[in-house]
Amino acid sequence: MPKDFLRKSWWVNFAIIFCFLLLLPVISPSFRVPLYGKYLSFAFVALGIVLSWGYCGILSLGQGIFFGIGAYSLAMFLKLEASSPELPDFMVWSSVEQLPLAWEPFHSLAFTLICILVLPVLLAFPFTYMIFKKRVSGVYFSILTLALSLTLTVLIIGSQGGTGGANGITDFSTLQGWDVASDEARIRMYFLMLGLLAVCAVIVQYLVSSRYGKVLIAIRDREDRVRFSGYDTAWIKAATLSVSCVLASIGGAMFVLFTGLITPQLVGAVASVEMIVYAAFGGRTSVLGAVFAAFAVGWLKSALSEEFPQGWLFFLGGLFLLVTAVLPQGLAGLTGLFERKPANESDAK
Amino acid sequence: MSLEIFWMQLFSGVSYTAILLLMSLGLAIVFGLMGVINMAHGELMALGAYVTFMVANVFLKIFPDSIDIYILFAIPAAFLVTFFFGMFLEWAVVRWFYNRPLDTLLATWGLSLILQQTYRTVFGPQEVTIPLASWLDGAIEPFTGVQLPLNRIFIIVLTLLVAIGVYLLFFKTRMGLQVRAITQNRAISETVGINTRKVDMYTFALGSGLAGIAGSVFTMIGSTNPGTGQLYIVDTFIVVVFGGVASIMGTALSSFIIAQLQTTFEFMTTSSYAKVLLMLIVVIILYFRPNGLFSPKVRS
Repeated sequence: MPKDFLRKSWWVNFAIIFCFLLLLPVISPSFRVPLYGKYLSFAFVALGIVLSWGYCGILSLGQGIFFGIGAYSLAMFLKLEASSPELPDFMVWSSVEQLPLAWEPFHSLAFTLICILVLPVLLAFPFTYMIFKKRVSGVYFSILTLALSLTLTVLIIGSQGGTGGANGITDFSTLQGWDVASDEARIRMYFLMLGLLAVCAVIVQYLVSSRYGKVLIAIRDREDRVRFSGYDTAWIKAATLSVSCVLASIGGAMFVLFTGLITPQLVGAVASVEMIVYAAFGGRTSVLGAVFAAFAVGWLKSALSEEFPQGWLFFLGGLFLLVTAVLPQGLAGLTGLFERKPANESDAK
Repeated sequence: MSLEIFWMQLFSGVSYTAILLLMSLGLAIVFGLMGVINMAHGELMALGAYVTFMVANVFLKIFPDSIDIYILFAIPAAFLVTFFFGMFLEWAVVRWFYNRPLDTLLATWGLSLILQQTYRTVFGPQEVTIPLASWLDGAIEPFTGVQLPLNRIFIIVLTLLVAIGVYLLFFKTRMGLQVRAITQNRAISETVGINTRKVDMYTFALGSGLAGIAGSVFTMIGSTNPGTGQLYIVDTFIVVVFGGVASIMGTALSSFIIAQLQTTFEFMTTSSYAKVLLMLIVVIILYFRPNGLFSPKVRS
């Protein structure tokens, strides 16, 4: 076990945050619980961004694509279950007569789960490996991924009959016969998700404090030297990004479970950039900061949109400026409470 | 394909080229020459469009007789307003982020959100449109069956003028020489006495001003709303990256290629599939030429 991973302060903070999240459904009205679930679904995405951007220096603005893969996979499964044996309603509206071939396998839950967990890797790894092999990096990679997430939105909106177009997919009822829309089910799912999130956070923390994490930091700071030392940096970067994409995909699936809808706007270019702010606000190298910030930003978004609908974009824009200009280590840097170790101290050595 | 369709296709490609080029020239200068990722470039275009809208309204209220020539005043006004606003942005935000490209990207994205919301608060969320001047309404018909709209021709001519102006500025003036020197080697330029702070500020302001012109011209072909800028920013970046950063010629050629491909694909399929196809081609070409089509051969 790596020494950093066993550090007591991290585990204390971990316990504080997750106890707080665990107690939330108990102390707040039950209609709030799906909202908390929604905020925390972005925590999965933020964990991935901490890994790929905070530690490895790859700013992917295409996380929305993978969020979308998870979300649409699960949405397709739920939609088929909700509407079977008929066709999903939006297909009828766009006069599609027969279930598209791509939808057929989504009758099976196993296939859907494989899609959520494996498809991101199958797409992300070969593509990014090729790109990184060509040494496209930094902002070029960011712009390329931003363009791809924009393309995906255009594609989804353009194929109305197969994807529900701009309205997205909504109106689910049951998952394997289990009513997922009821309050009781959502509270149960909240605890399940919290468990999964805790496991993911521990895994990411393990990864970044292991030797592999040290290589990531080295790649972020001086990629050429790592390459000269004999590492295949393209392979490492592609693998890291793939892990990050799987986390985004899990987040997408969770999002669908708690909100009961998915639309192209939620997976597009704008949404993808917004996901970055969760990680940036928490502190780009802080695993627990990401979890906390995803929750805090989501909560602020709801609170601000209720109180002053005008204020949200000002706030979000200001947040982007804040975390880049004065708080590059985010909340974690501000409080020193969460994890902050590797970033600055390794620079100083 | 009949000859008429061919000519119309070619013309719509060329006119789209002009629009893309006008949009991306400013970005090519800011991103290509200064290395600054300005995600708020689209909002600067929207600012130019709103300035045009206000100038048109002033004409409607005060000089209703000469409303036809408002565009001749609106374009310089849009340029000046965005020029000085760009100068302000450089001073207030961008200069703190030189050499941190990823942070620049996120900070200017934040800026773009703030600007969008400001437009929404000031001008309202709905679209604003400006009536087209009567002398730009209509089309010429060089052959029977081929109609070339006048406003598109105006845009093509204006883009040509702007592109030539930018070329002259960068290759025939002292300031252009200084900008190119800084692009090649910032440290040495400073050593030989170029005031890089000042040049940076003017270069960024010029890029912003060009965005303002693009926004102003946009009002002739479409309506403006607070989110307009965000629609175009990614396309604009793709044009610049595809053409090869730091090469203005490259931006021009890449606008032409992307515009022709886009209009051709649109003719053959739907506009959304056209976009997807185009993006695939761009990604494939960028895979083989990671530095863009026309990258200068320099050591980095």
